[in-house]
Amino acid sequence: MDSYNKLINDLAPRKFGKRGTIWTTFLIIIIIIGLIAYIDQIIKGQVVTNMRDYALWGIYISNFVFFIAISFVGSVTVAVLRLTNNSWRTPLVRIAEIISLAAIDMAGITIMIDMARPDRLLNLFIHARLQSPITWDVIIVPTSIVLSFLLLYFPLLPDLAILKKHFKKTKPTFSKWYGKLALNWTGSKAQKALQEKSIRIIAILIIPVGIILQTIDAWLFSTTYRIGWDSTNMGAYFISGAFVAGIGALVTLMYVIRRVRRLENYITDYHFDKMGKFLGLACLTYLYFNINEYLIPIFTAPVEEDIHLDSLVSGEYAPLFWFAQIVGLLLPLLILLFNKGRKPGAMFIIGLMVVIGSWWKRFIIVTPTLLHPFLPIEGVPESWHHYFPSMHEWLITVATLAMALLIITLFVRYLPVIPIQRTAEEQGLSKTSKIVES
Amino acid sequence: MEENNKKTRRKFLDKGLKLGLVSAIGGIGLAKLSSKLSANTKKESTETIELMTTDGTLIKVDSSEVVEVEHSQDHEVKYNVREGMPNRKFVMVIDLAKCKNALKCVSACNKHHYITGENAWLKVHKMQESKDTAPYWMPRTCMHCDQPACVTVCPVDATFKRRDGLVLIDNERCIGCRFCMAACPYSIRVFNWSEPGQEITLNMGHVMGIEEPMKPSPEYAGRPSLKGTVDKCDFCPHTIQNNELPHCVTACPNGVFYFGDKYEDTVTNGEETLRLGQLLEDKAGYRLLEELGTAPSVYYLPPVDRLVDFEDGLENYKEFESVEKPE
Ligand code: SF4
Ligand code: SF4
Repeated sequence: MDSYNKLINDLAPRKFGKRGTIWTTFLIIIIIIGLIAYIDQIIKGQVVTNMRDYALWGIYISNFVFFIAISFVGSVTVAVLRLTNNSWRTPLVRIAEIISLAAIDMAGITIMIDMARPDRLLNLFIHARLQSPITWDVIIVPTSIVLSFLLLYFPLLPDLAILKKHFKKTKPTFSKWYGKLALNWTGSKAQKALQEKSIRIIAILIIPVGIILQTIDAWLFSTTYRIGWDSTNMGAYFISGAFVAGIGALVTLMYVIRRVRRLENYITDYHFDKMGKFLGLACLTYLYFNINEYLIPIFTAPVEEDIHLDSLVSGEYAPLFWFAQIVGLLLPLLILLFNKGRKPGAMFIIGLMVVIGSWWKRFIIVTPTLLHPFLPIEGVPESWHHYFPSMHEWLITVATLAMALLIITLFVRYLPVIPIQRTAEEQGLSKTSKIVES
Repeated sequence: MEENNKKTRRKFLDKGLKLGLVSAIGGIGLAKLSSKLSANTKKESTETIELMTTDGTLIKVDSSEVVEVEHSQDHEVKYNVREGMPNRKFVMVIDLAKCKNALKCVSACNKHHYITGENAWLKVHKMQESKDTAPYWMPRTCMHCDQPACVTVCPVDATFKRRDGLVLIDNERCIGCRFCMAACPYSIRVFNWSEPGQEITLNMGHVMGIEEPMKPSPEYAGRPSLKGTVDKCDFCPHTIQNNELPHCVTACPNGVFYFGDKYEDTVTNGEETLRLGQLLEDKAGYRLLEELGTAPSVYYLPPVDRLVDFEDGLENYKEFESVEKPE
């Protein structure tokens, strides 16, 4: 067994172990429970949520914003790493693209869950009005889904061809499928040129599309008059936040995949160190925008805005606010400054902190603003003055998160998470095209 | 007996049919005849008739020259819910000096719009700008903004602005995204979180003097309401069309609400009719959150020279209820 075959063996998809099976079943059960809750919501209407006329958006929307933010990781890694030709990116890009695709898919689904009349989905196309930020979303989300998919798929072609060959004897059906998906890839010069060109075009497209996606998401809020949303800082603030959330998710998954698939030789400490620095940079940028968003208004805020800020800093939402700021931003930043903080284990924990912090941060962006309208909240039941998600909302939201994880799990199960072809080339085993052809 | 009944009914039908046929044919014949006649008179008449011109002088014209002016648009037929009533611009004035939180407007609105939820379309807020200023009662409807934030953000044009100033909702198109609610700076919009449960819906046609159950229409927002769609104060186009005032205006015992037409420059609270421009100028009328640029159609007269005690309203004040639940 030469090193090339060992490489394929290492990187080729493998059957679920016991843990994998349990994990997948677990996810599926959560998804089914969420599905039942959703059906109930459709039948009874959104009374089953704790959203009401003042807290008119809840965790469905913040979860949507979270998914959108996570999906930014694909654009970022591509933008920064692929185009600048950083060679250490090879084992990371595909993971990033998988996360990206899973997240943007789920964003599309989550926003539909928030619609009280999903049966009228088609109205969004039939009666579309261009001036509404929702219509911008209707245009940009599908575009991102398609681009993310292609960006994942095109670089996969050579690997699929390799897998076809690899599984020919052991698993003929798999081999057949890989063959079909490989679109007759032979690795000829013409094909390669075409592939490279397509990838380049998509890679360049995905950057503006990613930025537009994040910005539109921010505009959903800043196009209203609401206190705390009506801010010109919003677009940049969201982009930098997405930067942090996306990289956090990537780091976490890098660690998990490395452990489960025993890829210590491919995803090394070096990679974690690099990603750590990258994440640190992202956190710094985000910190800067947070200061702009929350600290500067303290000086000039009108009364209403003052009340809003107070509720965040020291009032009802203070615990969540400080949790998101400290656990999701300051602490990671601090730990990342140290060399030891950028070791795989530490990075995993930081990644988790960042992701969880990011999720709650979105909650903090959506909910408090809605509960601080210009006119007093009066004439509605006491419970409408507050918002905390109901059981239905939790079940459904957790199910969407589980679904994203399931998509990622399945990709990891059936596709090579680390590009085989590229790695081979980089390791000087690049007689590959011949091997594939023969 | 039964036989008899049937027979008479058949006879009746028979006769009716025949009668109908005859009259139909007759009608057509008459119409033709008269058109011929009138054509004849046109040619032969030498009579003149007297007419008055717009500046008041009398003139004589050959009667064959006189033709009835055809209106360019027949409003009865072409009335479009999304366009609204032609050449009108509805406005409201709310005189805060007179309001003592009697809440009659709220209960009238709730009743006539069959509101079953827990959030009324029309509410009276207890307002106090700061600790040092006097408190006052402030009724608040939809502002029917001329630059409505809600309309701008609606992705499907379910909420729309009409030429007559009304902002209405097409509940059969709304997708329930609630973006309009987030956008409205006055937080006046109400959502149907569940089945509205307007048992009354079934008899609604009866109330309206129509036999079949009513189909939802933007002009009858709230009857019936639809689950998963948004509702709000509609300025009562159904009463305007009957030449009546909105329910809140007529219900208020203190004459707080004035309703009218900006083009005619008049508003009325049912008792007195005033010039809008003069009123706003005399009493320093203002609009709510004017600085946002939503250009509301509702004007407020400041709570100065108050005829009533603020405290009197306190006994009606309910912080957590705006729709009375049936016992
Ligand atoms: S008050 Fe609110 S709902 Fe009414 S027109 Fe203005 S923005 Fe729209
Ligand atoms: S809730 Fe209905 S009316 Fe409001 S913005 Fe959405 S679709 Fe338009």
